[in-house]
Amino acid sequence: MREVMTKAMARNIFYGGSIFFILIFLGLTIHSHLYIVNTSTAATPLTDSVARGKRVWERHACINCHTLHGEGAYFAPEVGNVMTRWGVVEKPDDAFETLKGWIEAQPTGIAGRRQMPRFHLTDEEIRDLANFLIWADKTDTKGWPPNDAG
Amino acid sequence: MKYESQKIAYAYFLVAMILFVVQVSGGLLAGWIYVSPNTLSEIVPFNVVRMLHTNSLVVWLLLGFFGAAYFVIPEEAEREIHSPKLAYLQLAILVLGTAGVVVTYLFDLFNGNLLLGKDGREFLEQPLWVKVGIVVAALMFLYNISMTVLAGRKTAITNVLLIGLWGIAIFFLFAFYNPHNLSLDKMYWWYVVHLWVEGVWELVMASILAYLMLKLTGVDREIVEKWLYVIVATSLFTGILGTGHHYYWIGTPGYWQWIGSIFSSLEVIPFFLMMVFSFVMVWKGSRDHPNKAALLWSLGTTTLAFFGAGVWGFMHTLHGVNYYTHGTQITAAHGHLAFFGAYVSLNLAIFTYAFPILKNRDPYNQVLNMSSFWLMSGGMAFMTFVLTFAGTVQTHLQRVMGQNYMEVQDQLSIFYLMRFGAGVAVVLGAVLFVFAILVPKREVVAPGPDAKLSPAE
Repeated sequence: MREVMTKAMARNIFYGGSIFFILIFLGLTIHSHLYIVNTSTAATPLTDSVARGKRVWERHACINCHTLHGEGAYFAPEVGNVMTRWGVVEKPDDAFETLKGWIEAQPTGIAGRRQMPRFHLTDEEIRDLANFLIWADKTDTKGWPPNDAG
Repeated sequence: MKYESQKIAYAYFLVAMILFVVQVSGGLLAGWIYVSPNTLSEIVPFNVVRMLHTNSLVVWLLLGFFGAAYFVIPEEAEREIHSPKLAYLQLAILVLGTAGVVVTYLFDLFNGNLLLGKDGREFLEQPLWVKVGIVVAALMFLYNISMTVLAGRKTAITNVLLIGLWGIAIFFLFAFYNPHNLSLDKMYWWYVVHLWVEGVWELVMASILAYLMLKLTGVDREIVEKWLYVIVATSLFTGILGTGHHYYWIGTPGYWQWIGSIFSSLEVIPFFLMMVFSFVMVWKGSRDHPNKAALLWSLGTTTLAFFGAGVWGFMHTLHGVNYYTHGTQITAAHGHLAFFGAYVSLNLAIFTYAFPILKNRDPYNQVLNMSSFWLMSGGMAFMTFVLTFAGTVQTHLQRVMGQNYMEVQDQLSIFYLMRFGAGVAVVLGAVLFVFAILVPKREVVAPGPDAKLSPAE
């Protein structure tokens, strides 16, 4: 490689090229930011309830068992489309009732079955969480997941 | 040890190895919960075990990088570390933060508190006060090593190492930005996660590897450093836009499917180059360095990183493939071998190289150390294979046939059982490694009469 280029050339290519790609990435980030806000998540308003629901989701580290839009742990089902799977994505009240029923039935204690812990949430927190999951479900994720199984 | 302040690395490596054992033990427990799901389910649920597993991994790898910097930089810059006191204070802050994290997770203290409670975004679950502590420690570290490098000799190795470490700190700042919009949250979350492990961490890896090659093979510095710049150039040229492979399905624009597919496919290149680099240097090198275990780990890290990060990454990175495999056990398989190959093995390589020097003794107990390499690597390779099979079956049943998640999981139990067995081998290997580094007072198996060793460097 000595003949092809010197160390100084290699260093300059590294610096110059990296700055070039960082600038492209920043430009695309700005565009993607606007696209998310104005297009892909614009279908449903981001209400205070949705924001609080996201906090409920984070406080209990749900992501360390479940996946959300395919990201997270792989120990429990995908929840980015759980409201579609339950058939309640257009019915917030039903979504709340179904989620409440589910959360309050845990843990099942069935031997050999993965256990979801019992999270002691208030009705308002469960409603916020349901609204958050509905909001996430309505995000334009380019057709992912391939089917309702998530 | 040429410089007194290199001794700082000893403390960092020691804490890192303790956390390494904690990390793999946590992994083993998580693997057992897959086999027997009722284990501890009401005392320490799976999500808590997993947080401990992933967080302790990241912390010990970073401690290893910090320690490596304190070990490498005095020799490269040809002067003592600016302030050893500051370096120990930095370690104390990180240890305190780590202890705080463990207690907070285990007992779920201050749930919901913005400052003290956990912040449950994946890998960034640390409470806010710990994140602030990490930034303070990072600033102390960067100040300390930058002052050392600026006052001393500047080499390509310190240069790239410094850029990598500054990058780690800068991208971590995105951990403080958590918008209410989930898709925005995810997009900037990858600024920390992807631009760390597929960006600036590769710079740290390549520079430490270059240092090891320089010492172990005796190849001319000019050649090593030119390789280094070429390798890190390909890392960033591919890795920055390669972030796009995380932007397929989270609400980001469709053009990422093309940008992500193309650039992340090219992310194989830096790992391939690192592998070629290490083998060419060893082939060309004239030095017969006595620390054979360090050489084994150095070649091992580039080979396993090429397969784990490179090949296994490419396997599911094209968007047409990823549409079906995203978020399955395929991802878990790739994640395990990539982290083990690239960053765990690299850290163990520099530990293996540095410890005899830090303890001022010959590099003995080589046989035990090399056995631990094969035990851990074998275990991790087996784990990667069985998780890949599990992921293949899962992808077909769940993503193609549309079967319900838990029904599919029930059919994967044989793979999870084998994964647990592989995990046992990894944990045994890790314990053996720590033992081989710290305990024996003489070589366990005497070398044969023909083994001619040149003096240690």
